[in-house]
Amino acid sequence: MADTIELRDIEVWDGNMAASHALRQVQVDVVAAYPITPSTPIVEGYAGFKANGYVDGEFVMTESEHGAMSCCIGAAAAGGRVATATSSQGFALMLETLYSASGMRLPIVLNLVNRAIGAPLNVNGDHSDMYMGRDSGWIQFGAYSPQEAYDLNFIAFKVSEDHDVRLPAIVNQDGFMTSHTAQGVHTLSDEAAFNFVGEYKPMNDMLDLDHPVTHGVQTEEDWHFEHKARQQHALMTAVIPKIEAAFDEFEKLTGRKYNIVESYSMDDAEVAVICMGTSVETAREVAEEMRANGVKAGVVGIRVFRPWPLEQIAAVLKNVKAVGLLDRSSPHGAMGALYNEVAGSLFNTDTKAVLTNYIYGLGGRDLTKAHLVSIFTELKANADAGKPTTPLQQYIGLRGPKLSFF
Amino acid sequence: MSEIKKIKNLKDFSTSADRFEGANLLCPGCAHSIIVREVLNATNDDLILAASTGCLEVCTAVYPYTSWDASWIHIGFENGSSAVAGAEAMYKALKTKGRLKQPDRTPKFVAFGGDGATYDIGFQWISGCFERGHNMMYVCLDNEVYANTGGQRSSSTPIGASATTTPAGRISYGEKRNKKDMMAIMAAHGAPYVAQVAPNKWKDMVAKIQKGFAAEGPVYINAMSACTTEWKFAPEDTISISDLATDSLVFPLYEIIDGTQLNITYRPKNIIPVRDYLGAQGRFKHLFTKQNEYLIDEWQTRIDAKWEYLQRREEASV
Repeated sequence: MADTIELRDIEVWDGNMAASHALRQVQVDVVAAYPITPSTPIVEGYAGFKANGYVDGEFVMTESEHGAMSCCIGAAAAGGRVATATSSQGFALMLETLYSASGMRLPIVLNLVNRAIGAPLNVNGDHSDMYMGRDSGWIQFGAYSPQEAYDLNFIAFKVSEDHDVRLPAIVNQDGFMTSHTAQGVHTLSDEAAFNFVGEYKPMNDMLDLDHPVTHGVQTEEDWHFEHKARQQHALMTAVIPKIEAAFDEFEKLTGRKYNIVESYSMDDAEVAVICMGTSVETAREVAEEMRANGVKAGVVGIRVFRPWPLEQIAAVLKNVKAVGLLDRSSPHGAMGALYNEVAGSLFNTDTKAVLTNYIYGLGGRDLTKAHLVSIFTELKANADAGKPTTPLQQYIGLRGPKLSFF
Repeated sequence: MSEIKKIKNLKDFSTSADRFEGANLLCPGCAHSIIVREVLNATNDDLILAASTGCLEVCTAVYPYTSWDASWIHIGFENGSSAVAGAEAMYKALKTKGRLKQPDRTPKFVAFGGDGATYDIGFQWISGCFERGHNMMYVCLDNEVYANTGGQRSSSTPIGASATTTPAGRISYGEKRNKKDMMAIMAAHGAPYVAQVAPNKWKDMVAKIQKGFAAEGPVYINAMSACTTEWKFAPEDTISISDLATDSLVFPLYEIIDGTQLNITYRPKNIIPVRDYLGAQGRFKHLFTKQNEYLIDEWQTRIDAKWEYLQRREEASV
């Protein structure tokens, strides 16, 4: 039996330490991982817990991220709680197996500490890796702070392992801005944390020796489509209600309230920005300042990126006149993903908000309050004009000549 | 340690309870199925199995059917080793935590992969699993070619073989490189047990599989798998071709214990010329021409030298 740690009510943790403690507290059975900046401290922290008797599961330090996820899949199919952590290039190397994990309906929790993907090589935070995984069939949560990185791990295990779901889940946090920035984190006791997630309940487990199972079959044109359709059905219908239920239960336990879409000052908002990660907090501050200057500004934070909360987004933007979509990933030949997702969410509704797209923060470039003031100011102009007054896609915080498209 | 299964004779062996069903899509005459049955039937213990993408995988788990009456997993081409290693890690974790459903039973963990999945694309994953010391057996079904995709060369394809990506032609004799020595590489990992086997020598094979199952740590088995389709011989000749391979010493049967102690386990009474082995297969047909015949002599020289090397290694015991 692993030893417990008496945590203070509030610990000073960065996002990595918070995630590492969450993995310890839910007593993951197998962690298979490979170190990569900036997620390395999650793995190191877990190794420390293992070395000191605070976890009694297996810790498999693999030869690569692909090997890590491959081991995670084998372990999950064997029948137990499984987790890993990675970033950027490592996530890219895992990509093939991410599709395997979701297609095989295996619950696994992956802490993805968001980082740019090269070339050029870059260790700092942006959302390129998060975006790379968006069609991989994983549930994707977004944390904006160490506290949320901690809390969302418990939600992720609970939802992922639910027998109506059985889909793997990613908890995103911003590289360095969250992962390496220490803040006060309200903790759960080891007992309360474990009990919230509960004992792992195996299903189709390879280690049930009396009931052999075959995992990872081949299907061609006769069955492949039906399998993928069932996977999509689970992702589209089962997941959001389960997340909402988990959020409710978590609020009862901790008082901390999470929502599928995190709206801030949106009740009477005329203009809004939609973003993810640490930018949400910056945008909220600026929205307050804009309101002090007479602009009815609001902020929508994406809490669940996959499955995409189409209806919730449409509802929260119902009365908004102009929306800025802030994508922290190079769309490489298209409008940004958030722009396209939100446009798709609004198109068949009565909301005819003016949408504009801002590409920002690539490779760890700061998004400043001044940037957000100028974005909100442009959105106000769009709202007043009832049409775009700027190019549809602009690059924010870029050095040199301005870059914009459409 | 679980009890070692006693096998009296071939009839006894062939009537063992099958956990690999005859209902599969492998080619008639495919040695894969013979090898897999010999591996699985060597033990009465529970089995947790994995396969890399390849002939065995695509022919035995096509939804909604399965040929496997033991738990089995496939993820991709390169990671059968890691899949079973993950399952083995979970077994250890649940054992520690007292959550095994059948705590009194000790399953064996076995991964199968073709030579493409082993020598080439899955090499890193296998190396990682062996370095980490998972308690597992990795069986390479070595047919020296990417047979599942139609006969492309792998790093196991021997020199002079005609493969679709190294075809013999007017100015080419086919594959230009010598076969990679996986046995030496896996022994160099310090694995407790590494062995080369052939399905025609079933007693030798079963003894080695049982030794492998008894070992603690990662075990590598290189199983020669004569491929009727890509080696180009008649399906009914699989075992006779295999006999030519082992009796010409093209596939010498030996084991390496703890990375050092090499034992030769089969010494043919009459060593036959390599020419006879090559001549029985369509993939080497073009060697029997005036311009290429020197390669047959080179083959013989190489095989003789390897046999000499194996004998010296055995004597040296280092």
